[in-house]
Amino acid sequence: MNIEKIRKDFPILEREVHPGKKLVYLDNAATSQKPNQVIDVISEFYRNNNANIHRGVHKLSEESTEMYDDAHTKVSKFINADKMEEMIFTRNTSESINLVMHSLVDGKLKKGDEIISTVMEHHSNIVPWTILKDKGIKVNFVDINEKDGILKLEQFEELINKNTKLVTCIHGSNVLGTINPVKEIGKIAHDNDAFFLVDGAQSVPHMKVDVKKMDCDFFAFSGHKMLAPTGIGALYGKEEILENISPFMYGGDMIKEVSLEKSSWNDLPWKFEAGTSNISGGIGLGAAVDYLESVGMDDIRDHEIKLTEYALNRLEEVDGLKLFGPKDMKIRGGVVSFVLNKVHPHDVASIMDTEGVAVRSGHHCAQPLIERLGENSTTRASFYLYNTKEEVDKLIEGIEKVKKTFRL
Amino acid sequence: MYQENILEHYENPQNFGEISNPTVSVEDSNPLCGDKLGVHILIDDKEIIKDIKFHGHGCAISMAAMSMLTEKLLGKNINYIKDLSKDDILEMLGIPISMTRIKCALLSLKISKLGFIEYHKDK
Repeated sequence: MNIEKIRKDFPILEREVHPGKKLVYLDNAATSQKPNQVIDVISEFYRNNNANIHRGVHKLSEESTEMYDDAHTKVSKFINADKMEEMIFTRNTSESINLVMHSLVDGKLKKGDEIISTVMEHHSNIVPWTILKDKGIKVNFVDINEKDGILKLEQFEELINKNTKLVTCIHGSNVLGTINPVKEIGKIAHDNDAFFLVDGAQSVPHMKVDVKKMDCDFFAFSGHKMLAPTGIGALYGKEEILENISPFMYGGDMIKEVSLEKSSWNDLPWKFEAGTSNISGGIGLGAAVDYLESVGMDDIRDHEIKLTEYALNRLEEVDGLKLFGPKDMKIRGGVVSFVLNKVHPHDVASIMDTEGVAVRSGHHCAQPLIERLGENSTTRASFYLYNTKEEVDKLIEGIEKVKKTFRL
Repeated sequence: MYQENILEHYENPQNFGEISNPTVSVEDSNPLCGDKLGVHILIDDKEIIKDIKFHGHGCAISMAAMSMLTEKLLGKNINYIKDLSKDDILEMLGIPISMTRIKCALLSLKISKLGFIEYHKDK
């Protein structure tokens, strides 16, 4: 993997964010930067092909339709789904999970049913379930092992019962970096006839994902964390399940026939894509997948493992710094959260910013997890394919500057 | 942003603590940042702030602003808070505050306003 060549594809990495301070972008878990190959495909689409899809018979409509449908095929192959019928484009991971929630609530979930989630989740995989309390649906949460930030797997077995209709968990934690054993968790769900939904927002961009191997029923992720533009996300669902659950939104393009009395639903995946879609975003997501595949997901994962190991080793040497998450790189992604003495993470991130280093501070949309860790917030550095060891060094220099500023 | 006086207030916050029988007790948070501050105010018959103490946790900017604001408010009439503005807080801090940190600086103002409203609520 030629990092120098890769970095040239990302024009933003060349910019200065403060006078004399070049951008060191370590906020990839929030959103990734975009390569020319994605930016160009989107701008080329608007310059050359733009039309609405699945309706017009003119040339541009035909081209746009083909490009948008192709993107579904690319993305489904990328996560090893069997066919594009199983690949629904949404706005983002949250919308994908909301889609599953609304579709299951309409006919599959009833009062007295239970759901199992975990304390490790992003708010996007907590809130859509906890609001179902009003409908008499209970959510149980699997805890983490505080020391190494991994799920207490035995609790899935303890919490599951005949009322459990859905088991869900995050694949890669956006706070701890933990990569969860989704295949094992899915087996527990299926042995008990529950659906299994995986939040893959932090895994798909960084490692080879195989939805068939993990045998999940639904798999949700966002485009913007994997080099694609914002406003495009995806939901994989098993065909036989998608055929048997209700649509999420109603209106244009998702119907086959409409009369004033009733309507019939369009074929998959369009049954779940009501209204004019984010066509350019979808095509951009397809281009992002092309880019990631040209680099190679296994190489990207290896690169991030090396960077993360290096970062963890260097951070461990910093006095007064507390790290979270597993040490075993086999079950850890490129996310490093930490707290530094009594310095508030906002101050850490502000001072880092003056050096051009972009890190995230706060609760990372995972308030229950941050609370479980006994913190109010953390600082987080997260890596991607274009990051370098030199940038990790800049992170460490930034931390030294924080310590100096706060006279530690 | 991290000038001497800010760090001084952060490390040694003034009026930090609690009042056992406050006239007004309010709190507020910036949940995204994980900042949470509360204020106890003791107000006498002439509506003078006889004592003011704050508690909670926050970043250097929110803590320093709260600390400085309690110093400013002590001994003043409670109605002084009514006309306090964003600009007053920024002037009090005397440092350039970036767009992303303005919420930290203004948590103190928000809590003071809440205290003012709370005081007049039952009147």
